[in-house]
Amino acid sequence: MELVLDNKVLEFVSDFKKPETISKVRKQALDALTGMDFPTTRVEEWKYTRVAKYVKRKYKQTQASTNIEEYAIADLNAHQLVFVNGYYDESLSTILDDDAVSVQKIDELDEEYYSDLVDGTEENVFSLINKAYQTGGVFIQIKKNKKANHPIHMIHVLEGEEVIANARHFVLAENGSKSEVIATFHSKNSANSFTNVVLEGHVESNASLTINKLQTEAKDVLHISNELFVQDESSNFLINTITTGAQLTRNGLDVIVEGENCHTEMNGAYLGTENQHMDNHTLIDQLYSNCTSSESYKGVMDGKSVGVFNGKVIVRQDAQKIAAYQSNKNILLSKTASVNSKPELEIYADDVRCSHGSTIGELDQEAIYYLRSRGISAASAKQLLVAGFIGDILDKVENEALRADIDELFLNDFGWKF
Amino acid sequence: MLTIKNLHASVEEGHEILKGLNLGVKAGEVHAIMGPNGSGKSTLASVLAGKDGYEVTGGSVDFDGVDLLDLEAEDRAKEGLFLAFQYPVEIPGVSNINFLRTAINEIREYRKEDKMSAKDFLAKVKTASNLVELDSKLASRAVNVGFSGGEKKRNEIFQMAMLEPKLAILDETDSGLDIDALRIVSEGVNKLRSEGRSIILITHYQRLLEYIQPDFVHVLNDGKIIKTGTKELALELEEKGYDWINEEIAQ
Repeated sequence: MELVLDNKVLEFVSDFKKPETISKVRKQALDALTGMDFPTTRVEEWKYTRVAKYVKRKYKQTQASTNIEEYAIADLNAHQLVFVNGYYDESLSTILDDDAVSVQKIDELDEEYYSDLVDGTEENVFSLINKAYQTGGVFIQIKKNKKANHPIHMIHVLEGEEVIANARHFVLAENGSKSEVIATFHSKNSANSFTNVVLEGHVESNASLTINKLQTEAKDVLHISNELFVQDESSNFLINTITTGAQLTRNGLDVIVEGENCHTEMNGAYLGTENQHMDNHTLIDQLYSNCTSSESYKGVMDGKSVGVFNGKVIVRQDAQKIAAYQSNKNILLSKTASVNSKPELEIYADDVRCSHGSTIGELDQEAIYYLRSRGISAASAKQLLVAGFIGDILDKVENEALRADIDELFLNDFGWKF
Repeated sequence: MLTIKNLHASVEEGHEILKGLNLGVKAGEVHAIMGPNGSGKSTLASVLAGKDGYEVTGGSVDFDGVDLLDLEAEDRAKEGLFLAFQYPVEIPGVSNINFLRTAINEIREYRKEDKMSAKDFLAKVKTASNLVELDSKLASRAVNVGFSGGEKKRNEIFQMAMLEPKLAILDETDSGLDIDALRIVSEGVNKLRSEGRSIILITHYQRLLEYIQPDFVHVLNDGKIIKTGTKELALELEEKGYDWINEEIAQ
C-alpha cells in the first residue's frame, strides 16, 4: 500500500532521520508539526517573504567535515564550537580553560526547566522542524557571578548541496554572569542547502549577555533562524545581527522581558545585492516596569535585492515607565532594490516613552557632489556614504577582533572601508 | 591660470543663466565677483566646479592648459580647483579626517605622487585647523554635522588648506558670518594666498573685501561681467548699489 502524504510539512520531513530517543521537547514538536503548514504570503508575519519554492525541495541530513581554519577569526581567542550541517563536531571544536563556562550537548538541557521557561512563547513551523529533527547543538552555561574568560564562537558551516542543518542551541547566562557569544554562519559548495537554526537562551538576574551574529552564507542557500531570549530582572541583553549572505534570510528574534530594570538592545545591519532577500522580524515583549529597550536596524540594498523589517514592541498593561526606542533606516542603491518596513508598537500601559521610525531613501546626491568636489571619485564617495550610514551599527560590535573580521569582509565583498 | 571665454550655461530646464561670460585670472591674483541676486554668481561657481544639473551651451574654460569643462567634478579638484560651498553639506557618519584622507590620497594617486604618511597627514591637519581656529574635535567629527554656520565656513577653509588648490572659488563664504568669524575666515584665506594660488571671491557684500583685498572686482549682472575695476569699485557698489552701472552702460 502506498502512503499518500497530503501534508506538505510531513512530506518535507519524511526523509529525515527519526531521532533515537524521543524526548519531551521532540515529541511536542513532532506532534505540533502534524497540524502545521508552511506559511504563505497570506499570513501577515510572512507577507513579504515567500518560502514556497524552498520548502518544495528535498533536503538531506548529512554529516560532513570542514576546513575550520577558513572560518576561525584571527585574534579572537575564543572557545570555538563547530557545527557542520547542523551536527556538532567536537573534534573540530576547541574549548579553552575557563571556569566560568560549561559546554554540553543540547540534549543535556533540563527539559522541565526549558518547558517552563518557554511556556506561552510562539513557535513556527521552522522552529518546530528544528526541535523535532535537530541533529545537534550545544547547551552553554555561564556560571553564576562569573565573567567568561573568552568569547564563545559558534561556527556553523554548510558543506554540500541540498543539505539541511538543524542545529539547536541554548545559552543559560546565570545570575550575575557576563559573556559574549559570537555565532557565524558560512557555506561551501552548498547550492540549495538550508540552515534552519534555533538559538535560545535565558539571561538571569543581573546577568549580561552579548550576542554577535554574522551570517555570510553563499547566495544560493536558505537561512532561517529562530531566536528566543528570556530576560530576568536587572539583566542586560545585546544582540547584533549582521547579514550579508544567503539567497533568502529570515531572522526571527524574540526577546521576552520578564523582570524590572532590564535593558534590551538589538541592532542589525543587512546588506543585500543581486536578488537576495533579507527579512528581519523582531519582537520585544515588555511585561514589567522600568525597562529600557533600544532597537536599530539599517539596510543597504543594491541590485534587485529585497529587505524586510518588521519590529514589534509590546508594552503590557502593568509595564509602566518603559522607554522603548526603535528605528529602521534603509538606503536603496539601485532602482530595482526594495524594502518593506513595518515598525509596530503595541502599548497597553499608560506611562511609557516609546518612539519608532522608519526611513527608506537613496544616497544624498548633494553629499556625493560635495565629496567629489574634494577630489573623491563617485565610487569612493558612495562607499564613504554607505560606510557612514551603516558604521554606527557596526560600532556596536565592541569585540575588536570580530570587528576587524567584519571590516575585512566588507572590504572584500563590497569594497567598503571603515 | 583660468581663462573663461564667452561662457553660456543653462539649468537643465533650459533657462539660460550665464550669457557670454568672460574672465581671466592669472596665478596669484584675487578676483572678487559681485552682483545682485540672480545674476549668476553661484551658477558660475557650480559650472566651474562641475555640479550636475547645468548644461554648458557655449564657450570654453581653460584651466592651466586643461579643458575644465571636459572633466568630472572630482578630476577638476584633482587638477587643483577648489570650491568653498555657500551651503556646506552635512554628511552624517563620515568623519572630516577620514574623507580628507581619502581625498588627498586620491588626488596624489591622480598626480602620480606617493601617498601621504599618517604622520605628515596629522601634522597637516593640525596646521590647517589652527589656521582657521577650528577645534581639533571638529576636525574628527562627521562632516559639518552639528556645526554652527560659522564652523561650517571655517571647515571649508580648513579643507582648502588641506587640499592646497591652485584655484579656490569661495562662494559667499562670508554670508552668515558674524564679525569674529569673518575675521578668522578672512585671515585664514589671507594666509593661504601665494604666488601660485589664485582666488575667486563670490560675494554680495563689500565687507569681505576689507579683510581680503582683491586685485580686481567684477560686476556680474544677467549672466555677464558688465564692469571690472579695482577694490574701489566694491566701495562704490556698496554705496550706490548696482543700478548706476546699468545706467552707465545704457548711456
